[in-house]
Amino acid sequence: MTDASINASTLAAQSRAYEAGFGDYFALLKPRVMSLVVFTALVGLLAAPVPVHPFVGFCAILFIAIGGGASGALNMWWDADIDKVMKRTKGRPIPSGKVEPGEAMALGLALSGLSVIMLGLATNWFAGAFLAFTIFFYVVIYTMWLKRLTPQNIVIGGAAGAFPPVIGWVAATGSMTLEPWLMFALTFMWTPPHFWALALFMRSDYDDAGVPMLTVTHGRRATRTHILVYTALLAVLAVGTAFSGIGGPIYLTVAVILNALFLRGAWAIARRTEDDAEADNFQVERSFFKLSLLYLFLHFGAILAEALLKPYGFGGWS
Amino acid sequence: MSLRKSHELHQRRFGRNLGVGLTLAAFIVIIFGLTIVKVSGSDFGMSTEEVQN
Repeated sequence: MTDASINASTLAAQSRAYEAGFGDYFALLKPRVMSLVVFTALVGLLAAPVPVHPFVGFCAILFIAIGGGASGALNMWWDADIDKVMKRTKGRPIPSGKVEPGEAMALGLALSGLSVIMLGLATNWFAGAFLAFTIFFYVVIYTMWLKRLTPQNIVIGGAAGAFPPVIGWVAATGSMTLEPWLMFALTFMWTPPHFWALALFMRSDYDDAGVPMLTVTHGRRATRTHILVYTALLAVLAVGTAFSGIGGPIYLTVAVILNALFLRGAWAIARRTEDDAEADNFQVERSFFKLSLLYLFLHFGAILAEALLKPYGFGGWS
Repeated sequence: MSLRKSHELHQRRFGRNLGVGLTLAAFIVIIFGLTIVKVSGSDFGMSTEEVQN
């Protein structure tokens, strides 16, 4: 075989190979997770008692979202081996062969640096440092260290996902009080029941990947009990938040209704046996999971409503 | 050979290149906007006065 024929065959192979488009690189940033980050960070920013210039606020949210996306890309780079095993994740850009792992790492690192520096410049360096810590926490502490080590991985991962409203608040105020940590706690306590419900009806996924999900290590009965315990603790926290600086009558109404529904769902999950669940194809678990999405959105929506109505004399308790 | 002749690679990567181009353009707009906001903000005015004094 001559050099010319080798080059020709290599070129032909390259031209047949899939060419990653812009959308494939964008998919590395986990757009759906980014939308949650954008929303919760926006609520944190707007609920803060310090007004922010709209353009600075826009930039703050954008860079927090890019930071969240960057950590998503680094997560996909590290977890490519388990992503290709799980049905839910095998279509992601790296396991599907659209993007090289090295490209994902480079994109993640570059966007991490960019987002932290730009958030620091646009708002304040406390917020920038907090974003850097969040990326470090999600990528190193959760993804690289604890995700494959402990069945409490979801609880730890939930902490990383709960930081954006705190960063939004710090971006606006440059300081820390109790209120952003209440928003943090809301997302933190919400994550385990949300993901464990998913793990109950997507069960083979986590088993196949060997991720020590609670359903695998402690059994499905224990997972059902855990969902109920976390939901009960979450309800106390969520309703209690109504009496803080970010709460008010609108939030209280939303929290009471949603937590009653959420508790009812968790109770139903805890009481069910595996045979019950198999019989109706995990109907109760699926409904609980759907409700959990609405739960977080409406709680943060209510905090936002209280903040936006305050200037007109309606929001909050005053 | 004309300088304008485009390689097949250019067509294949058009979407990606367009995306990168638009992203960079958006980044320039953001830097420009932030500069305007920071320069016209009270913080910048105070620091300028401090320098002048």
